[in-house]
Amino acid sequence: MSQNKKKTGLIFFPAFDWAISPTHPEREERLLYTQDQVFEEGLLDLDNIVEFKPGLATIQDINRIHICVPDVESVITESHLISAGGAITAAEKVMQKEVDNAFALVRPPGHHAMRVVHGARGFCNINIEAIMVEYIRHKYGHKKIAIVDTDCHHGDGSQDIFWHDPNTLYISVHQDGRTLYPGSGFPDEFGGPNALGYTINIPLPPNTSDEGFLFALDNLILPILDEFKPDLIINSAGQDNHYSDPITNMSFSAQGYAILNDRLSPDIAVLEGGYSIESALPYVNVGIILAMAGIDYSHVTEPDYNPETIRQTPQTSRKIEQQVSHIYNLWKNRESRRADVVKSGEYINRDKSIFYDTDGISEHQEETVRVCDECGGLLTIDSSASTGNRIFAVMVPGQSCPVCRKKGEEIFESTARGSYNYTYFQDRDKDIFLVK
Amino acid sequence: MVRVLVNFGEKVCWGIIMIIGIDVGGTHTDAVLLENFEIKKTAKVVTDRENLIKSLMEVTENIFRGEDPGGLEKIVLSTTISTNAIVQDKTDRVGMILAAGPGLSSEMLRINEDTHFTSGYVNHRGIRVTGTDRDEVSGIGDIFEKEGIDHVGIVGKFSTRNPRLETEIGDIINYRFGHISFGHRMSGNLNFPRRIATTYLNAAIWDTYNAFVKNVMEYVGHTNTTAPIYILKADGGTSGISQSAEYPVGSILSGPAASVMGILSLTNGSRDAVALDIGGTTTDIAIFAGGTPLLEPLGVTIAGHKTLIRGLLTRSIGIGGDSRVRYEDGSLVIGPERDGPAAAFGGPSPTPTDAMIALGLTDIGDRKKALKAVEEIAGVKNYSIEKMAKEMFDLSCRKIISAVNEMLSEINNKPVYTIHEIFEGKKINPEVVYVVGGPARPMAPYIDKMLGFPSSIPEHAEVANAIGAALARTTTELTLLADTEKGEMTIAEEGVQTSIPREFTREDAIDICEDKLRDRALRMGAREDDLDIEIIEDQAFNMVRGMGYTAGKNIRIKAQVKPGLIAGFKKEGGNVTK
Repeated sequence: MSQNKKKTGLIFFPAFDWAISPTHPEREERLLYTQDQVFEEGLLDLDNIVEFKPGLATIQDINRIHICVPDVESVITESHLISAGGAITAAEKVMQKEVDNAFALVRPPGHHAMRVVHGARGFCNINIEAIMVEYIRHKYGHKKIAIVDTDCHHGDGSQDIFWHDPNTLYISVHQDGRTLYPGSGFPDEFGGPNALGYTINIPLPPNTSDEGFLFALDNLILPILDEFKPDLIINSAGQDNHYSDPITNMSFSAQGYAILNDRLSPDIAVLEGGYSIESALPYVNVGIILAMAGIDYSHVTEPDYNPETIRQTPQTSRKIEQQVSHIYNLWKNRESRRADVVKSGEYINRDKSIFYDTDGISEHQEETVRVCDECGGLLTIDSSASTGNRIFAVMVPGQSCPVCRKKGEEIFESTARGSYNYTYFQDRDKDIFLVK
Repeated sequence: MVRVLVNFGEKVCWGIIMIIGIDVGGTHTDAVLLENFEIKKTAKVVTDRENLIKSLMEVTENIFRGEDPGGLEKIVLSTTISTNAIVQDKTDRVGMILAAGPGLSSEMLRINEDTHFTSGYVNHRGIRVTGTDRDEVSGIGDIFEKEGIDHVGIVGKFSTRNPRLETEIGDIINYRFGHISFGHRMSGNLNFPRRIATTYLNAAIWDTYNAFVKNVMEYVGHTNTTAPIYILKADGGTSGISQSAEYPVGSILSGPAASVMGILSLTNGSRDAVALDIGGTTTDIAIFAGGTPLLEPLGVTIAGHKTLIRGLLTRSIGIGGDSRVRYEDGSLVIGPERDGPAAAFGGPSPTPTDAMIALGLTDIGDRKKALKAVEEIAGVKNYSIEKMAKEMFDLSCRKIISAVNEMLSEINNKPVYTIHEIFEGKKINPEVVYVVGGPARPMAPYIDKMLGFPSSIPEHAEVANAIGAALARTTTELTLLADTEKGEMTIAEEGVQTSIPREFTREDAIDICEDKLRDRALRMGAREDDLDIEIIEDQAFNMVRGMGYTAGKNIRIKAQVKPGLIAGFKKEGGNVTK
């Protein structure tokens, strides 16, 4: 491991008085044993680890990313303002250079929350990393940002939000979608026409252990990051790849997580899922914190850790090697694939059906993006949900070209309420959010 | 002497109550005799650092001459014996046995060269993952014996959740050593490195402190009084002297604690307030929340050791009346060192005290010498004496203010872990700043203006520490952890570990914790009237298995008798009068 000590900020907010429901995995007790372990190890007494209280995200911070239906207040609770606020605090401390890196160990999580929010899906209401990313750009100017999502579930919400953004490289490594919620995240999900290649999905077979994750890291994720040259690296630090997690089937360990963070060296890490709250989270989180702080983590192991019993099979290793080389080729050839995707159209449509498992809502979306060489492209979404709400949203991307902005303003102007309950206009550069 | 029941304020108390408070300071040992909470007499002797007992005897004899020993309720000592032993490194060699399990590397946990690691590990729920290895522990015992070590500290990770591993290790070797300190007895708080440091210090000063206790008891045995002796602890509370012998480290840093309790007793303290003790070398800052001094969240720090020793939250900055003032690279710098007394008292360097004399804010010392010292430094910038003195005085005040504001901001931004606390958490809003110490009178009017709330200078501040010791109540704390899935309840500080039924509730836990805390406080010498018990942590979590089966409850209760003044004292106005 690297022996350079770094100053690490820790934003710890276990929300001991918030749960989706009393026996839901996303409940009060989730970070209790992690807190015990972090406190007992005395990590907060170390000179280079500083704890900060989370700030509160504002409605404006959320409206910069999401279209909440009918409005932000209706789809969130106070706890979401704190977890998004905790991620923002982590970013602030890094951007202000108070610390070298920071870890927002907060709940509830966010990476299943998409652009349009009718309710909660995959335990998430709002996307706390995405809100943080746009906050950073709003306050500190434009940045090239890479998000590496190591949650076991495909981060379909983050993918949806960054799908058209060529300046945000979103890499998700997760358990194969054919075997786990939300059932997406295949290599051919590769980004929208203006951002082709800037969404990278790395599905791994069930029972992948440390060696498989680290192989994908060393041979795919790190080389792509080297080429992308981000200003900031963010780790969506889900911890449900752990061998003891009750709702997934992977074989990653606390040592594996620590090594991954050591090599990835993220500027900011944000907790996502992870529901093995007694056997995994205490050790995984201590491992990640030590790795980020550049302190020896080699003694951080689960009490029952035995690498032999969880080691992946040679077949699994071969599958991962093939997968990795396939995806790396896709990345290498991203420019040449664009012509095939774009063809000659000025606008490209996609239809999406989205299910909100946590709240039991179904949504149908028609998304239209303007093909643009200058920016992420003007985006409109027509969304109907089983709640009875139908909305229309016009979104001007960050760093937009004048044409996309002008067209966006015209479309919003000329769209009548008609059959829509609400129409929204979001302009990230000008920080404008309008509803009619 | 005849004792009669009289009504004192709202409390019914015995007729004449006499209490002696003694503060053994670095320079002087002060004593105060209180009769019905009024100062009857004070005494002062020079502290003999090599023989604290001698200073104690002298000051006690002075103050008690001609008094009736039968009327004496108690004697409370604030002594530097433990602090000195640690700070001056006059401690015994301690053999440390650590059961660390996975986590930080052993190199980060090693506290001295006699630290040894043993297998055996308890996890966060108090479940023993690996047991004790008898041969390994015996082998470590052999090494200690060979090295001539007689004091041992045994500390396990999460031992507060399950003390059994520590006691088993102790059982294997205890017959071979003079004293063993156990980690789980030190505090109920989680923090393994701090538990190691606390246990180490406790064992390292064990002999020194116990010899002190023995000497005090022998001395008292020769006098006519049967009044109990108490020791002031770092948390501003007292403990009976014989009980304190079990936990010597509890008595460290009682000097700052005495000062804070003294300010509390000399003021009408039920508000949020800041207390400043401006001395020669340092200024000590403490904070009151609604009249109660704030405690360190985990424990105090001494000689670089972060510990779990419950103690008052104080901050010391290197600015005092005698701090050396000079220019460094064009900027005015004050302290943190002190070259000697102020120039006005024959010292070698200009000091804030000299500035105050030059400005006419005080008329102590030799004004000519003060002016000359200020004039010398004024030459650097071609300032007039007055302008220079003003600069020096302003900077001193500003440095103190910024330390106060920083401390308040840290307290008010302390991380919290519930939504309720984020939105409803209490903030400290001081309404008054109490200032004591030499420069209190000249500085207070400037400091309060800069802070934005009024100042108050308590009377009798010169004996504040002794009064604080005399009036402090007995304090203590207990932590209870109940795990109904395991069917076990632990109160580590008391060494309690018993089975509980599955239907054990949060309310049961609170009742037991309060009862045990009461017993503990009475054993330490508390009076019934002073058992102001407060629940400071109260959490109960469902432990859910898989996707919805509730396996049990994890209940965490912490109760304390918080620092405060003994009952009967809180009369109208609440001040000690002469």
